[in-house]
This record gives sequence, structure tokens and C-alpha cells, in this order.
Amino acid sequence: MEPEYAFTAEELARIAEIRRRYPTARAALMPVLWMAQEKFGWLSREVIELVAQTLSLNPAEVYGVATFYTMYHTQACGRYVLDLCTCLSCQVLGAEDLLRHLEERLGVRDGQTTPDGLFTVRHTECLGACGSGPVLMINNRRYVHRLSQERLDQLIEELRQGRMPEFASIPLPERPWEQEASSDS
Amino acid sequence: MEWKRYRALLLPPIPNLRDISVYEAHGGYEALRRVLTDPAWSPERLIEEVKASGLRGRGGAGFATGLKWSFMPPPDGRPRYLCVNGDESEPGTFKDRQILEYNPHLLIEGALLAAYAIRASAIYVYIRGEYADWIDRFEEALEQARARGYVGARICDTDFGVAFYVHKGAGAYICGEESALMESIEGKRAYPRQKPPFPAQRGLWGRPTTINNVETLANVPLIVRHGAQWYSRIGAPKHPGPILYGISGHVNRPGVYELPSGMPIETLIYEIAGGVRGGKRLKAVIPGGSSTPPLRADQIAGITMDAESLRAAGSMMGTAGMVVLDEDTDMVRVLLRIAEFYHHESCGQCTPCREGTGWLVKILRRIAQGEGKPSDLDLLLQICDQMEGRTICALADAAAWPVRHTVQRFREEFEARCRPSLVAVPETIPS
Ligand SMILES: Cc1cc2nc3c(=O)[nH]c(=O)nc-3n(C[C@H](O)[C@H](O)[C@H](O)COP(=O)(O)O)c2cc1C
Ligand code: SF4
Ligand code: FES
Repeated sequence: MEPEYAFTAEELARIAEIRRRYPTARAALMPVLWMAQEKFGWLSREVIELVAQTLSLNPAEVYGVATFYTMYHTQACGRYVLDLCTCLSCQVLGAEDLLRHLEERLGVRDGQTTPDGLFTVRHTECLGACGSGPVLMINNRRYVHRLSQERLDQLIEELRQGRMPEFASIPLPERPWEQEASSDS
Repeated sequence: MEWKRYRALLLPPIPNLRDISVYEAHGGYEALRRVLTDPAWSPERLIEEVKASGLRGRGGAGFATGLKWSFMPPPDGRPRYLCVNGDESEPGTFKDRQILEYNPHLLIEGALLAAYAIRASAIYVYIRGEYADWIDRFEEALEQARARGYVGARICDTDFGVAFYVHKGAGAYICGEESALMESIEGKRAYPRQKPPFPAQRGLWGRPTTINNVETLANVPLIVRHGAQWYSRIGAPKHPGPILYGISGHVNRPGVYELPSGMPIETLIYEIAGGVRGGKRLKAVIPGGSSTPPLRADQIAGITMDAESLRAAGSMMGTAGMVVLDEDTDMVRVLLRIAEFYHHESCGQCTPCREGTGWLVKILRRIAQGEGKPSDLDLLLQICDQMEGRTICALADAAAWPVRHTVQRFREEFEARCRPSLVAVPETIPS
């Protein structure tokens, strides 16, 4: 039987490939932590030890790196981690009210996970999508733009049904002055 | 108006430009091919061309790009690196992601040209982890470029070759600081390094390294394609070229607009971004990301978006990520949130930054909750004095500048919040 915490042969081959991108094994740490988190959901003590062993590093060093970066989960979290941006541009568009709404709606406080283990709610710093704020990120990946209370409620329902929103581009804004400029030239 | 005739070059409205065939059909990779195959285009000549163009970095500090490249020591046969800064985490900034999504090959071509100029053996593109969906798309573009022989050994059948990798961040603003970014690639906590030595001397793994922002590098193919002369005539003379203006906050049409440098702030707000939402009046503008000091509405007349004009107005160009605030905005709460950001993101190595950002938050929170004292305003400014210019990296300055200038420029609003309430407040129970 496979041990509970291990990388498969395929994963080890990928790790070997990652290591070739850098002159030191140490530098492969962040990509390998990403791989481990995607596989195991979060970076428990056992997972940290597995990563350390795989790259011949000290577990304390690995833990130190994992805790430095906010996207690595060093604690168990819900199936859907909702990171709502409350930073500058999103704040002035009402993101703090949206956070309160989300908390009330799910019955948890910022940073907590719902008892059914489905949702973790967190406020987050700027997600780099300020022009389409307020913005939320699901599971370290999918962005949902231009949030409102209605859109949040709808999103929660979709996720409860296991439906992840599609990747959505932010269209380049229209440039109405260009028609004007070409018509008078 | 000149700007109305400007046609976008960094983000041109060409469908499917992210597909390499479309990019090539519009002249893509010609600049790279020309530089690599025409003997007249030595690395030195390319650096001179970029110097002559006047291109300045788009990552926030605005340093001359060609000059930065010329700091690289002569090759010694050992590895040397180019880092592409796609960490994009300064609040109000969301432009680099649009390049990754709409014109990734322009960035790839620009990075390859830069690597040739500085004779780098490998390129690392550091992209913030939150951009996972965009990283996947960028990697697809990179695979296409690899398949066409633009990445790897013997690029365009020449002796030039370079490895090209993407490094995914994991959520820490400080990774955008150049030396922290290198620590992060090396697999460590992103603690900024003491400077000097500068990256050109001792960068990634102690080897010579140059680091440039995504948008900066996307300008390089344009300079080669059209010439330094042509480029230097776009926009403001001392800060030329196209700029991706990211406009957010209380405007009708927020978004990333490509226009010449030196655009009047008023034109950007009222003509480009459709004016203030709900017909409200303007209160303040943060011109280039959260660290750039805000300007009051009565301070923006005639001010243009370029380093010189903004410096004269008492602010900075930063990343050109402009945040527009209407008359109803509570400046105390905005400033508190900005301070919270820097406090959260301080790496904690320097006492003035670690403690200072914490004190700023504490005092601003007190003021926001109506429990401030009039003396708090001077206390805030004193803390700023203790932070500015006294730390390993510029995060402490970035935290102090907005506090200093918001308190000074909106002093009445802060003072009003610090006046004792006329209604007797019951003794609060200490928490
Ligand atoms: C705290 C801090 C955060 C920074 N964040 C970024 C960033 O997210 N993206 C970026 O390109 N530059 C950032 N910079 C600036 C970089 O250190 C560096 O100057 C820049 O990437 C150089 O590229 P350029 O010359 O092309 O502008 C930051 C600087 C500091 C001090
Ligand atoms: S100034 Fe702040 S962020 Fe920069 S090195 Fe010092 S403690 Fe870290
Ligand atoms: S402030 Fe929310 S995405 Fe930038």
C-alpha cells in the first residue's frame, strides 16, 4: 500500500524537471510547495516534512517559507477559500460592506471556515484587478469581478452546487474618442 | 488633441493577439530576428538604442532602462540573469496582467531582447501567485514561442540562446522589491537585501542580474521596430513612451488605458474614464499606486502624468495606477486601509518599518473610531520622520509618504475627527 503522504513517480519526475530550472535544489521549494498544496489541500506538518525530505531541506526552513507567503495554507481550510479584496480601490467601492455581508450570509467571521467545511472567508490585500473591483478570488485562482451583494449570493449558491465560475477576461475598455479622431482627419 | 490620434501599441485591439501566428502576422518577433541576425545590432548598440529612446522603468521607481542595462559587468562565461518583475501588488495597479493576457508575446520578445543586450543566460519571470489563470495562459504563449525556436538554444538559428522560466509567487507584496524577488526565486523568505551590492554586481545566486518590470520590457520591441527617435517623441520629453494608465475608484469607466505619457490628470478622469461616478464631485486623486501621495482636487489643474510634473505637484508617477476618489470619500478610512496594507506587508527586518507601520495603523484606527486626540496628527508625522530613508528597502517610505501627505493635505478632515465629541461618551471597557 502507498504511504499516505508521498509523491507519485510522475510527481517526482515533475519535481526533477522543476529542479533543472534552477542551479540549487532550494530554489525548487516554492514550486514544490505549490504542487504539494494542490495535491493535499493544505500544508500540514506531514506535508511540510515530505517536501523537506524530497528536496533535502530542513523542515523548519520549509515551514519558515510556507508561513511567509499568504497563499500557502499552513492550516486546514474549506473546500472553497474566498479571498475578498478590501484594499484601496475595492474598499472605496464598498468591499468592506461586502465582507460583512459574506460573513453574515455564511455565519462565520473573517478568517473562519463554515462548520460544513465548505467555505473559508478571508479579506485580502490588493488582487491586482482594481479596475474591475470589488474583486474576489476563489481557491487561489479564479477571479470574480465587479461584485455586488446579489452577485455574492448567487456565487455562494453556484459553489454550493459545485459550479466554479468560468475564467473571465476583463475586456480592454472602449476608446470612444478614437472614432471622433478618425472622422475629423 | 494629439492623444486622440494615438493608436495603442502595447495593447492593440487585435483579436487573438496572444496566438503566436496572429502576433507574427502583425510584425511580431521581427525586432528580435533583426537584432539577432544583423551584425550591426551588437548588444552594446541595443543598449545605446534603449538609452536614446529615453525609456524609464514602469515598475514604480522610473529608473532609465538603458542605463540600468549598462551596469552589467562584462561576461565572464558564468551564468547571468534577467528577472522580469510581474509581481504587480501595489494597490491601484493592474496593468501588467493585461499584457500577460492580451499581448504575452510582446513581453516574451522584449525579455529576449533584454537578455541579448545584457547577455543573460536565463530569464526568470516572477508572476504573483494570484494570477494563476493568467500564468497558465502565459505559459501557453511561452510554449508556442519555444516551439517556433524563439526560446532555448540557437534562437532564430543564431549562436544566441537563453533559458526562459516562469516562477510563481505565493502572495507577498514585498516580492515586488527587486532583491526580495531574487530571494524568493532562490526559495527563501522574501527579505530585501542590503544595498549595495546592487543586482548587477550580486544578484540571483550571487551572479550579475538585471530586473525589469513587465510593461518596461514590453516597450523594447517597439523601440527596435520603430527606432529610438520615433519612440522618444511620444508623450512627455523626459519620460517618453506609451503608458498603461490603470484607472480605478469612483470613475464611470475604470480600466487600463494605453496613451502617451504626460496625459493631463483631468483629461484622464473626465474624458478618458468618463468622469466621476454618479455625477459627484472629485475629492482626491492618488496618481500612481497607494504609495504615491494623494493630490486634492484643487491641486490637479494642469498636472500631467510624468515624473517631472508630478514631482512639482508633490506626488509621484509610481505605476500610473490612478485611484480616483469622490467627494463622499472618508480620507481617514482610506488612509487607515493603506496603512494596514503596508503594516501587513512589512517583512519585519527593520525596526522603523515593522514598528512604525504598526503605530501608524494603531493611531489611524483610533482616529477613525472617533477616539483620536489633536496631538495624534503631529505624532503621525513624527513617526513618518522616523521611517523615511532609514530602512533596508523602500517599503517603509512607501508606507510613510501617503500618511504624511494625506494628513497634511486633508488636515481639516483629520482634525475634525480628533475633536472631542460633544456627546459624553461612556468609559469604554478596555478590550
Ligand atoms: C516595496 C516595493 C514593492 C515593489 N513592487 C513592485 C512590483 O510589484 N512590480 C514592479 O515591477 N516593481 C516593483 N517594485 C520596484 C522594483 O523594486 C524595481 O524597481 C522594478 O521592478 C524595476 O523595474 P523597472 O526599472 O523596469 O521599473 C517595488 C519596489 C518596492 C520597494
Ligand atoms: S523596510 Fe520594511 S519591508 Fe523593507 S526590508 Fe525593512 S522591514 Fe522589510
Ligand atoms: S484594490 Fe482590490 S484588486 Fe486592487
